[in-house]
Amino acid sequence: MTNRPITEDDLHAYVDGVLEPEREAEVAAYLEGHPDMARRVAAFSDQRDLLRQALAPIADEPLPSRLNLSGMIEKRQRRPSPVWWAVAAMLMLSIGGLGGWVMRGSLQTSSGGLAALAQEAAYSYSVYAPDRVRPVEMRASDSAQLVQWVSNRLKQPVKLPDLTASGYRLMGGRLIATSHGPAAMFMYDDDRGDRLVVLTRPMISDQSAPMAPHSGGDVSGFAWADGGMGYSLVGQAAAEALKPIANEVRRQARTI
Amino acid sequence: MNDMLRLVEPVIPALRRYARALVRNRATADDLVQDCLERAVRHWHERREGDPRPWLFTILHNLAVNQFRRSARRGQHIAIDEANEDDFGQDAVQEQKLIYQDVLDKLARLPDDQRAVLLLVAVEDLSYADAARVLDIPIGTVMSRLSRAREKLQQEIEGSADGAPKNVVQLRSIK
Repeated sequence: MTNRPITEDDLHAYVDGVLEPEREAEVAAYLEGHPDMARRVAAFSDQRDLLRQALAPIADEPLPSRLNLSGMIEKRQRRPSPVWWAVAAMLMLSIGGLGGWVMRGSLQTSSGGLAALAQEAAYSYSVYAPDRVRPVEMRASDSAQLVQWVSNRLKQPVKLPDLTASGYRLMGGRLIATSHGPAAMFMYDDDRGDRLVVLTRPMISDQSAPMAPHSGGDVSGFAWADGGMGYSLVGQAAAEALKPIANEVRRQARTI
Repeated sequence: MNDMLRLVEPVIPALRRYARALVRNRATADDLVQDCLERAVRHWHERREGDPRPWLFTILHNLAVNQFRRSARRGQHIAIDEANEDDFGQDAVQEQKLIYQDVLDKLARLPDDQRAVLLLVAVEDLSYADAARVLDIPIGTVMSRLSRAREKLQQEIEGSADGAPKNVVQLRSIK
């Protein structure tokens, strides 16, 4: 038993069932000795039940079609026209398919290089992107410090890709441990909450390598290396949606 | 993908309930919820991490407050939805409906700020801290409004305890 006196707030919290078990027992004991107060608390409880019952049918109603959330999200996405998709699909089939097949070999054989980087990026995505509480260690508001921190640790100037033109906003980033040393991870999300991860670190092998697609599980991405730095962009969006973003990251990184 | 769909869609019935309890008109309430959802879609990246419920209720509450102000300025009358008059179920069901209608009428007579606290806490199960965030008031104010709302509603209920059905009939005959 604590010796804290029972407060009005305790009585309301008792009615709402949000007290810690110990405190709840204390309030219950108090009410046993104070029948007037107990009647009032019981009346509040009845009142609460009555309100909930009276309003419950509203939440049980079928949702009117104008409250269709997926429709609103789709409208917001402003998808490109079907014609655009058809052209893009044909291009992907002819170029991406062939290119992907050719790159596949290089990704699989170079274990210390691009393939390893791609794997690290995919792992980082699967660990941090679903995190609702702390997906990043430093938030976008501290991006200057973030860049300084990871540049110091990677011993390389790291440039923070700006993906706002692609519809993705920086959430922040963190340092990642890989078997090839520290890597910088940056996370982005779009208006729908879809997240992207960009991982970058100095390369030991594959110091320079053309962009190659990779996929595994429900994520896909693109990895490449330029001037000793490796990059991988990973997300759950379709490869054809990620490709232009990867190109943008590469373009920006080259302008350091 | 679709975090947003997964996290927000289950909250829509509760948002409708809160809006309806505040404005007491189905069409107006669903207008508010629609507006709220469209804003949520647009500003999804601005939410805090974690449970989006307090964030959604904040958007909805602010829209409702604006709606109150607008209709107060225009002196506009929002029709209160009738209970389903065409529903002649069994007497017991009918009587239960009258009791519910009665308590909602009494709830509607509470000051707006007290009603909001009572609904968020007692019906929508928001924590006191989350309710304080939604209403942008200190938690102490949440507690005092909750207390006043419960006392006042209880007085209303007890005041008409012996004649609840009569009171309802009287209210209906006015319309």
